[in-house]
Amino acid sequence: MAKKKLKIIVAKPGLDGHDRGAKLLCRIFAEAGMEVVYTGLRQTPEMIVEAALQEDADVVGLSSLSGVHNYFFPRVVSLLKEKDMADVLVVGGGIIPDEDVSSLKAAGVAEIFGPGTRTDEIVQYIEGNVAG
Amino acid sequence: MPSELARQVLDGSPRALARVITWVENDDPRAVECLEILYPHMGRAHILGLTGSPGAGKSSLTDQLTHHFRNAGKTVGIVAVDPSSPFTGGALLGDRIRMSRHAGDPGVFIRSMATRGFLGGLAQTTDNVVKAMDAAGKDVVIVETVGVGQDEIDIMRIADTICLILAPGYGDIIQSMKAGVMEIADIYVINKSDHAGADQLYTEVNSRILQDSQIRKRDREPPPVVKTVATEKRGIDDLMAAIESCRCQLKESGALLEKRRERIRQQTFQMIQFALFQLLEKELAQNGRLDRLVDAIIEKKENPYQAMREIVDEFIKVPAG
Ligand SMILES: Nc1nc2c(ncn2[C@@H]2O[C@H](COP(=O)(O)OP(=O)(O)O)[C@@H](O)[C@H]2O)c(=O)[nH]1
Ligand SMILES: [Mg+2]
Repeated sequence: MAKKKLKIIVAKPGLDGHDRGAKLLCRIFAEAGMEVVYTGLRQTPEMIVEAALQEDADVVGLSSLSGVHNYFFPRVVSLLKEKDMADVLVVGGGIIPDEDVSSLKAAGVAEIFGPGTRTDEIVQYIEGNVAG
Repeated sequence: MPSELARQVLDGSPRALARVITWVENDDPRAVECLEILYPHMGRAHILGLTGSPGAGKSSLTDQLTHHFRNAGKTVGIVAVDPSSPFTGGALLGDRIRMSRHAGDPGVFIRSMATRGFLGGLAQTTDNVVKAMDAAGKDVVIVETVGVGQDEIDIMRIADTICLILAPGYGDIIQSMKAGVMEIADIYVINKSDHAGADQLYTEVNSRILQDSQIRKRDREPPPVVKTVATEKRGIDDLMAAIESCRCQLKESGALLEKRRERIRQQTFQMIQFALFQLLEKELAQNGRLDRLVDAIIEKKENPYQAMREIVDEFIKVPAG
């Protein structure tokens, strides 16, 4: 049996048109040996969760720059639960104020990575926390 | 439970379908158990292959075609294959970006797939993914893949209808002719017809097809060449018409049945071959027998030809008569 590959959806919720950061993360994850599905700009939580379902993803990585994280991130988590996909690891990044982090975590986002986080740390976290 | 999951696939659960596909990709033994149950429900979908250089517009065209099929009331499965990095094993799968508008449509199921280096072969694995979608009731399954190398050409053989997507400025067309990609196409698409050089490409392809028809006799009409602009929906009606006419021709001439028969023959044989290979590999690896054999061959105490014969004789008994 082939070794299972980590499959990660990288999504960019919200309306802003900047995805250089998200694309960079895609490359970093691919370099780390993951299979990375990039869904593009302006994704709704519904679209992201549908992609995660069809791709049978292990991880959903959300990147937000436009301040929509407080609505979008928890919404993705709860939709995943609804679809019986609670074991999918949800992580977030981008521009997220410190004071929002604890409420996001309480809502089920596993970890939040700020702009300064070292990329190998992100990779390590994901590899260490993904459901077996 | 594989049998339970297979039943859910037949009931139309996208989650079950997604998991079966994962098992197929992972060479998980449960995949075969599922496929066995799904088998009676396979063979209904029209399998459409789109191949061509990266950037030629395959995903954009897949999106357009999907839109058309949906308008005609047909459900669509999409398998988008992209290369894995041979160095890291990772892959960037970006085809969904162009298909965003179908994201909320329960009649469309999109799966991205990395080429990995599957033990049983890329074509075989892709074929099983396509078959799972077929059994799940998709009317049309579109396979998108980069048209380079033997592996990719093998993938295309699983399609009923193959579209070769060309675009001005994308890859050396003469090169792909050499690689045998030109020969397998049922329909040629000149995408990005809004770009300079499209007319010249159109002329080149047409004269090549004319040449081909003079060199060797084909038992069917020369393949049509269709111009499209995927980003502006131009030429999509023409492409749909060409696909439909190709499909009708296949069906009416009996060529579809023949094509599928040949495919089943090859696949069945390949599966047997692969299963035997795995069994033997396991046997020979046990107690380091293969290593000792290799040592003996290197030291010229044995020769590989005799070793091959002895091993085949040892493990495979063909009854006389
Ligand atoms: N101008 C123009 N651009 C196109 C056309 N079709 C696709 N593109 C663009 O070409 C790029 C690659 O398209 P994509 O469908 O991803 O190609 P693929 O790699 O073959 O799947 C994208 O930026 C598309 O928007 C077309 O007919 N005309
Ligand atoms: Mg593509």
